Amino acid sequence: MTLKLSKNIDDQDAAYAALIDAHQGLSEAHSIALNARLVLILCNQIGDLDIIKQAIQLACKEN
Amino acid sequence: MAFDYKPFEYVSPPGLYSAEPRHPVVIVGAGPIGLAAALELANYGVSSIVLDDNNVVSVGSRAICWSKRSLEILDRIGIGEACVAKGVTWKVGRTHHRAQEIFSFDLLPEAGHKMPAFINLQQYHVEQMLVEKCFKSPFVELRFKNKVIAIEQCGTEAIITIETPEGTYSLSAEYLLACDGARSPLRAMMALDFEGELFEERFLIADIEMEGEFPSERWFWFEPDFHNGQSALLHKQPDNIYRIDLQLGWDADPEKESDPKRIIPRIEKVIGHSDFKLDWTSIYTFQCRRLSRFVHDRVIFVGDSAHIVSPFGARGGNGGLQDVDALGWRLAAVVQGRASPPLLEQYNAERTFGADENLLNSSRATRFMSPSAGAERWFRDETLALAAHADFARPMVNSGRLSVPCIYPLTAPDVSIMPTQTRPGATAIDAPIEDGWLLNRLGGQMLVLVIGCKAPEGITLPVLTLEPTTEISARYLGDAAHGIYLVRPDQVIAARWQDIEVQAIQEQANAIWEGRL
Ligand SMILES: Cc1cc2nc3c(=O)[nH]c(=O)nc-3n(C[C@H](O)[C@H](O)[C@H](O)COP(=O)(O)OP(=O)(O)OC[C@H]3O[C@@H](n4cnc5c(N)ncnc54)[C@H](O)[C@@H]3O)c2cc1C
Repeated sequence: MTLKLSKNIDDQDAAYAALIDAHQGLSEAHSIALNARLVLILCNQIGDLDIIKQAIQLACKEN
Repeated sequence: MAFDYKPFEYVSPPGLYSAEPRHPVVIVGAGPIGLAAALELANYGVSSIVLDDNNVVSVGSRAICWSKRSLEILDRIGIGEACVAKGVTWKVGRTHHRAQEIFSFDLLPEAGHKMPAFINLQQYHVEQMLVEKCFKSPFVELRFKNKVIAIEQCGTEAIITIETPEGTYSLSAEYLLACDGARSPLRAMMALDFEGELFEERFLIADIEMEGEFPSERWFWFEPDFHNGQSALLHKQPDNIYRIDLQLGWDADPEKESDPKRIIPRIEKVIGHSDFKLDWTSIYTFQCRRLSRFVHDRVIFVGDSAHIVSPFGARGGNGGLQDVDALGWRLAAVVQGRASPPLLEQYNAERTFGADENLLNSSRATRFMSPSAGAERWFRDETLALAAHADFARPMVNSGRLSVPCIYPLTAPDVSIMPTQTRPGATAIDAPIEDGWLLNRLGGQMLVLVIGCKAPEGITLPVLTLEPTTEISARYLGDAAHGIYLVRPDQVIAARWQDIEVQAIQEQANAIWEGRL
């Protein structure tokens, strides 16, 4: 399997808003912790180590 | 009850007075690995001299957890049953975060194995049993207070200089086994690199003696209330001895922390009372390192001299015993002229692979326990936080992944419908058979295991024929109706077929002996 690079969420704007909303009013430390939990939860949801590694690679490129 | 150390006698070595003939094998270091290597070689009829600079068994326990595979290896050299009888058998580990249990594991959920998943037994007891076995073996000569101080290799021999209370002498060996431990003086004398990482963390290790009824389980805590946010471990040993590990942090001053006046209150908080005696304590810094090669011409590194890991996972001594397992049959064959030196290259290949697996697992556990500041710490803390209410996060919590034998990456004939746990490269799995245990019938020779069909005609290798009982079928046949396994002298599965192919079996065996596989 390869990582999806094309649009995969019906309502991306709502998904993006949900992410931003979750961080509303959080201190930086709490935000960081929330993101860490979220990444762990999403990794488990994906389940495929190869896809996870491709996603990490893509994320690293943007640095 | 504290261990009663009885020094072993120093005997004048003959080499002090006149040159000794070249020995086939000289082993430097009478730790668990050197002693086990001598006994394993003795099983094949190979004589060895074991030299040790000291004259007592391990001071302080160090290793306490011995794996199923180690017990199977120790069984082959005659002390496995005694270890189980003396040790505390356990298989359940519980991991806590603060006051809540978040994860537990059962290392041997099924019956039908001679050896338990793990026992706890102090390293000095194991060494004492090994030493006594060596004293009784006509193939092993132990020389205490014999310290190796120089080494030189030329062509087909290694020559060492040895210091004794009466002066120095030298010995020549066809093969020298460097079993001289984590600080290996031989490694230093040969100027070999020992690469890897040091973790910036200190742990207090304490063995205490107390009457108490703690269960025979491994208890690990992350951030317990009783130890100020750091991690802690409690594990039972025989003789009312308990092992306690407490994380102290990199800033801890080792000298101050070694003071019983500081140690005792820390332990009181763990166990909730002060009715105990300190038996042995030590402050440790963990390292994960290995030599890039274990075989250097006539010098072969085995055990901690070749690789060191952090103790969480019990992969040090157990990994070293697997080195002995992989080396013994090969070295015996080379020394006895049944095979040529390239066979030893396979020891190097397999055990550097095994060491890497152990290093990977130990360094991952250490990083989880002792994350560096920043992202490593955030992920660690949030994994623990999630574990309280999300099942998937629980097994991510890593307090040490306990030693299991590695599966060597062999390219060999295989049958895909047979169980993966017994694929080529894996160690044979035990099972009850008619008159005892399967693993007691395997090993020591290259053997053909025939299950559920007639033994092949015309095969020159020894054959063991088995009925497909429930356990044998589940562990060796899977969906196949019958099967043929080629099993190496170290009980590693070399290849398997569904149907009899006498020539293929023979060719596979020859390739192994020639060091081509
Ligand atoms: C706190 C702690 C807990 C551990 N827990 C576990 C565990 O639960 N399970 C596990 O499997 N492992 C564990 N280990 C690791 C285990 O103790 C080692 O892996 C094991 O002792 C290695 O055995 P060895 O024979 O290679 O080396 P050692 O036991 O170190 O023996 C080396 C021997 O060589 C001798 N020697 C050194 N230099 C010379 C010389 N120049 N001449 C002659 N002799 C020499 C020494 O005196 C010594 O007797 C633990 C280690 C520590 C520190």
